[in-house]
Amino acid sequence: MKWDTCDPSEQYLLHLGDDALVLGHRLSEWCGHGPILEEDIALSNLALDLVGLARQYYQLAAKRIGAGTTEDQLAYWRGERDFKNHVLVEQPNGDFADTMARQFLFDAFHLLQLEAIEQSNDAELAAIARKALKETTYHAQHSAEWIVRMGDGTDESHRRISSALLRIWPFTGEFFLPAEVDRLAAARGLGPDVQSLREPWLELVREVIAKAQLSLPVMPQKLLRGKSGIHSESLGFLLAEMQSLPRAYPDAQW
Amino acid sequence: MAPTIDIEARFLDYVTAENKVEAKDWMPEGYRKTLVRQISQHAHSEIVGMLPEANWITRAPSLRSKLILLAKVQDEAGHGLYLYSAAETLGTSRDEMIADLHSGKAKYSSIFNYPTLSWADMGAIGWLVDGAAIQNQVMLCRASYGPYSRAMVRICKEESFHQRQGYEIMLHLAKGSQEQKDMAQDALNRWWWPSLMMFGPSDDNSPNSAQSMAWRIKRKSNDELRQEFVDKTVPQAKFLGLSIPDADLRWNEALGQHDFGSIDWNEFFAVVAGNGPCNSERIEARRKAHAEGAWVREAASAYAAKQSGRRSHDSTTKPQAA
Repeated sequence: MKWDTCDPSEQYLLHLGDDALVLGHRLSEWCGHGPILEEDIALSNLALDLVGLARQYYQLAAKRIGAGTTEDQLAYWRGERDFKNHVLVEQPNGDFADTMARQFLFDAFHLLQLEAIEQSNDAELAAIARKALKETTYHAQHSAEWIVRMGDGTDESHRRISSALLRIWPFTGEFFLPAEVDRLAAARGLGPDVQSLREPWLELVREVIAKAQLSLPVMPQKLLRGKSGIHSESLGFLLAEMQSLPRAYPDAQW
Repeated sequence: MAPTIDIEARFLDYVTAENKVEAKDWMPEGYRKTLVRQISQHAHSEIVGMLPEANWITRAPSLRSKLILLAKVQDEAGHGLYLYSAAETLGTSRDEMIADLHSGKAKYSSIFNYPTLSWADMGAIGWLVDGAAIQNQVMLCRASYGPYSRAMVRICKEESFHQRQGYEIMLHLAKGSQEQKDMAQDALNRWWWPSLMMFGPSDDNSPNSAQSMAWRIKRKSNDELRQEFVDKTVPQAKFLGLSIPDADLRWNEALGQHDFGSIDWNEFFAVVAGNGPCNSERIEARRKAHAEGAWVREAASAYAAKQSGRRSHDSTTKPQAA
C-alpha cells in the first residue's frame, strides 16, 4: 500500500485530516484527567469534533484515492513520515496551560484556514470547511476565554500561561511557511496562501493576549517541516500507540 | 391538647403513596443521609469508571470506535455532573463529596478496580457492567427523591446506548478472527463474576436494603436484580457464541429462571476493602487530576471574582441608560 499520493487535492486532504486527527488524539488523552469535570467534558468535545473532522477529510481522500482505500487505512497504516500535520499539534499535552496555549494558537489559525477553504473551488472540501467553521468558532472562543482566565486569574495561572505561550510560540511559524502541499493547494485554488493568514492571525492572537494581560512572545521560530513529513520525536510514540491494534492484528475487522 | 402528629409516619405514607420528595421538603435525617451516600457513591462510580475505559481511547482500533468510546466516556462525566448536582440539592457540596472520595471515606463501584487489558474489555464493560448498572438504574428512575429520579431518567437513556455500544464490540469480535474470539471470551471470563458482584451482597447480608425499600428509594432487592441480570444476559452470551464461566449455570424449569454458581464474597469484600487489583491506581489518578487542576480552578474563580467586581464597579460608576 502506497499512500504517498502525488495528487494535490488528496495530499491536501491528508494534511488537513492529519492536523485534526493528531490534535484530537492529544486532546482525548485528557479524558478522565481534566482539572474540573466541566472542563473534562469540554476537552472531550473538542477531541470529538476534531476526530470527526479528520474522518470527513479522510473519507473524501479515500474516495479520491480509490482502489478500496478506507479512512482507517489512512489513519492506521501510514507511518510517521507520511503524516503531514503541523509539528505544533503533536506536542505533548503538558499541563492545562500548555494544552490551552497549543489550542488557542491553533484555533485562531484553524478558523482563518477554514474561512479560506470555505471559498475553495473544490466544492466537497468547501462543504467540510463550512460545517467545521461552526465548531471551530466555538473552540476558538473556548480557548481564548481560558487564555484570559489564566492570564488575568491568579499569579500562578499568569506565570503558567506565560511560560506555556513561550514554549508553544516557536511552533507557530510553520503555519505560515508554505510547504509543497500548501503551494500546490494554493495554486489549484483549493486552499489559501498560508502566508496571507499571518497578519490576521496575529491580530486575533494579539487581541486576546492583551485582554489576558499577557505579552506577545517575541522570539525566533523553529525550523519545522511537519507538513513535509518531518516531525518531532513525539509523533512516533503517538502513532505507535494509536495504531497498535490494527497493526498487531492486520487481518482483523473491528 | 392537640394530637401529636408523627411526622416520620406521615413521610412514610407520603412516599408509600408514590409521591415525590423535593429538595425543600422535610425529610428524615436518615433518608437524607442514605440518599447522599447513595447518590454520591453513584457519582463517584461514574467518574472513577471513566478511567478503565479512557485507558483504551488512544488505542481504539478504528476512527469510528474511537469516537464512540470517547463519546461514551464523556457521557459518564456528564452523568457524574448530574448526580453531583442531585446530591448537592440535599445540602452536601461537590467539593465535600470529592474530598470524601479522595480520602477513601466514600466508596464507588468496585468493578472499576479491575484492569482493562484488551480492546474486548471495552465490549465487556459496555455489555456487562453497563448492563448490570441499567438493571439497577431503571428501578431508580422511580426513586422517591425527585431530583435523583429525574437524573436517573436521563442517565438510563444514555446507558442503554452504552450497553448497545459494548454489545456491538463483542459482536464484532465474536464474528471475527480466532484471536478476536479468544479476546472476547477472555474478557467475558474476567468480567462476568465482578459484574454479578455489582448488585451488592446477597439479601440476607444487606442491612440497609429494607429501609431503602420502605422509603421507596430502592424497589427490588440485590438478589432479585442479580437474577434478572443473569436471565437477561445468558441468551445474549449464547447469541455471541461465548460461554459464561460458571459450571453451575443452568436453566431451572420449575422456577423459570437460571440457577447459577455461588459468588466469591471473599473477593468482593477484599476489593471493597481496597485490595482489588487497581484500587490504589484509580484513586491516585483521581487525586492527581484534582491536585494538578487546583491552580486552574483557582484561576477561574479569581477571574470570575474580578469580573463581578468590575461589573459592580461599572454599574455604580457608569449607570446604563434604562
